[in-house]
Amino acid sequence: MGQFSPTPHDPDERGHFGPWGGRFVPEALIAAVDELAAEYDKARIDPDFVNEFQRLLKDFAGRPSLLTEAPKFGEHAGTRVFLKREDLNHTGSHKINNVLGQALLTKRMGKKRVIAETGAGQHGVATATACALLGLDCVVYMGEVDTERQALNVARMRLLGAEVIPVKSGSRTLKDAINEALRDWVANVDETHYLLGTAAGPHPFPLLVRDFHRIIGIEAREQILEKAGRLPDAVVACVGGGSNAIGIFHGFIDDLDVRLVGVEPGGSGVESGSHGATLTAGTPGSLHGAMSYVMQDEDGQITEAHSISAGLDYPGVGPEHSHLKDIGRAEYFPVTDAEAMDAFALLSRTEGIIPAIESSHALAGALKLGPSLGPDGLLVVNLSGRGDKDMDTAVAYFGLGDGGQA
Amino acid sequence: MSLVSDVFASAKAESRAALVGYLPAGFPTVEGSKDYLKSMIDAGCDLLEIGLPFSDPVIDGPTIQAAAEQALGAGFRVRDLFDVVSSVADAGGRAVVMTYWNPVLRYGVDAFARDLAAAGGLGLITPDLVPDEADDWMAASEAHGLDRIFLVAPSSTEDRIDMTARASSGFLYATAVMGVTGVRDVVSSAAPELVARVREHSSIPVGVGLGVKSGAQAAEIAGYADGVIVGSAFVSAVNDGGDAAVRALAADLAKGVRSAAAIV
Repeated sequence: MGQFSPTPHDPDERGHFGPWGGRFVPEALIAAVDELAAEYDKARIDPDFVNEFQRLLKDFAGRPSLLTEAPKFGEHAGTRVFLKREDLNHTGSHKINNVLGQALLTKRMGKKRVIAETGAGQHGVATATACALLGLDCVVYMGEVDTERQALNVARMRLLGAEVIPVKSGSRTLKDAINEALRDWVANVDETHYLLGTAAGPHPFPLLVRDFHRIIGIEAREQILEKAGRLPDAVVACVGGGSNAIGIFHGFIDDLDVRLVGVEPGGSGVESGSHGATLTAGTPGSLHGAMSYVMQDEDGQITEAHSISAGLDYPGVGPEHSHLKDIGRAEYFPVTDAEAMDAFALLSRTEGIIPAIESSHALAGALKLGPSLGPDGLLVVNLSGRGDKDMDTAVAYFGLGDGGQA
Repeated sequence: MSLVSDVFASAKAESRAALVGYLPAGFPTVEGSKDYLKSMIDAGCDLLEIGLPFSDPVIDGPTIQAAAEQALGAGFRVRDLFDVVSSVADAGGRAVVMTYWNPVLRYGVDAFARDLAAAGGLGLITPDLVPDEADDWMAASEAHGLDRIFLVAPSSTEDRIDMTARASSGFLYATAVMGVTGVRDVVSSAAPELVARVREHSSIPVGVGLGVKSGAQAAEIAGYADGVIVGSAFVSAVNDGGDAAVRALAADLAKGVRSAAAIV
């Protein structure tokens, strides 16, 4: 199976995964998403496109990423743990896979300008990087709150030649950055591609973002068979919008004995109301162009998500995850900020790998799942990104600047 | 013929375009919005478009975003919308509601249609619902006798214009520019072309909106469209000059939609 082969899990031609997905966007954008869908349908079967994409993944992004066993971390989890090292990709996370794919599509469509939203800044940095490489103009919308907590990534994007626009509306985080990017897109759609960073939004974004990330699961499956001699009991990934999770899940989706486990940002605890655990606590709705679970009040107003991780701080989720939850193929549970930060410190100390706080949620999930699997169990955790960008948060959280110790 | 179609037919009988005025319910307060909407009727709006404030208004510019935020910040609830609609209907006004789709989904599509009809509302304008995804709304609007006002844009293909016009009733909303709501100094040249394209597919009345702020612009649009839709300018009038400014704007626009012949 190639990365772009159709699967039995693809949406219908209007982008529906069961009752989820579709296109809840202004008519003004329909022509653009139709154009994108048509271009992707051609590209996915065009050897020139596929070869160029694979060449960039190998020669620019540094794929395949490693699969590393984490034995000392595994002792704490009570089971064997392997890490899929997306943190080792160029720009420091899985985001580069999707960005390179969509930037190539942008060029195929003859568009010169790319806009993107970003939360933690990983997608923004990856987009700015791909635009620098491929000679595209780049504008990144970022919530003002996030520009403050991820100042280093703002500097990286600017260094790469992107214009970063702080978004001051609404909650001034990721969802508002997406709103602002959509407004820009409606006004400039002729020459602009909206390079959406997660497997959400209107069709065809959930499909094509997933496909660009399927490489994670394809590699991980081969690597775990080689290193452990068998498939894992479960694959664990963090879920904000859900792009890294859907990418690794798809490598194992037809292996029905492999549990697919998504770990959501539980913030201060789901019962506190201050969290971003959309699949755990959300209800069906339409946000940013698709039907999916969303966090909303009884009037259908979207509520603000809360997470220590800017990249997971989102009140929606990709529609395919809503589908996988409903049909029972994947399971989702939350971990709190505190549990994620404990896992962040634990992996750093035991394995010499500083994970992104996003990915630390998956690690905390592994610590919860491990004991039930026991020492003969086997987990693959998607280490979706590295934690360099999170040092300010870690310094404040652990008091590292005052001689504190995590 | 629906009451919305009737608004356009009456205007046409007077050889003019209909004036459609927008204001969000609950802006600046629930009671305040009722008063302003009544002033808009008094001063010459033929049809009111009552906005439902939403947390994530992706097709609105800064003026309407701020108004929605203000309404929600003051505690606006969806049930207040029906109260505002009823007060307009009781005053003899004709009103449709403009809403993003999620609040309708959350309320229940059929229940929303039922309660809107019971309040005297005539239909819904749905900026982020295209007919392709509107099966539930088609059924609910039929069941409760409401008009479906979908949007077309300069980027719409001929097939989509045809399909959207067929799915619509009352009138069709043509977005004059590619962009979000907000006043503009020059009305886009894309608008007359879009209206002409619609005419090739349908005889449904066409209202043109996005960017209109003056009687002169209204007159220009009235030269080729059946309705002139004005939103952000009314919100700004509330902010800048209160009731007197709202009435003055409505009067200027009402004069504009009646002076198209002199312009064209």
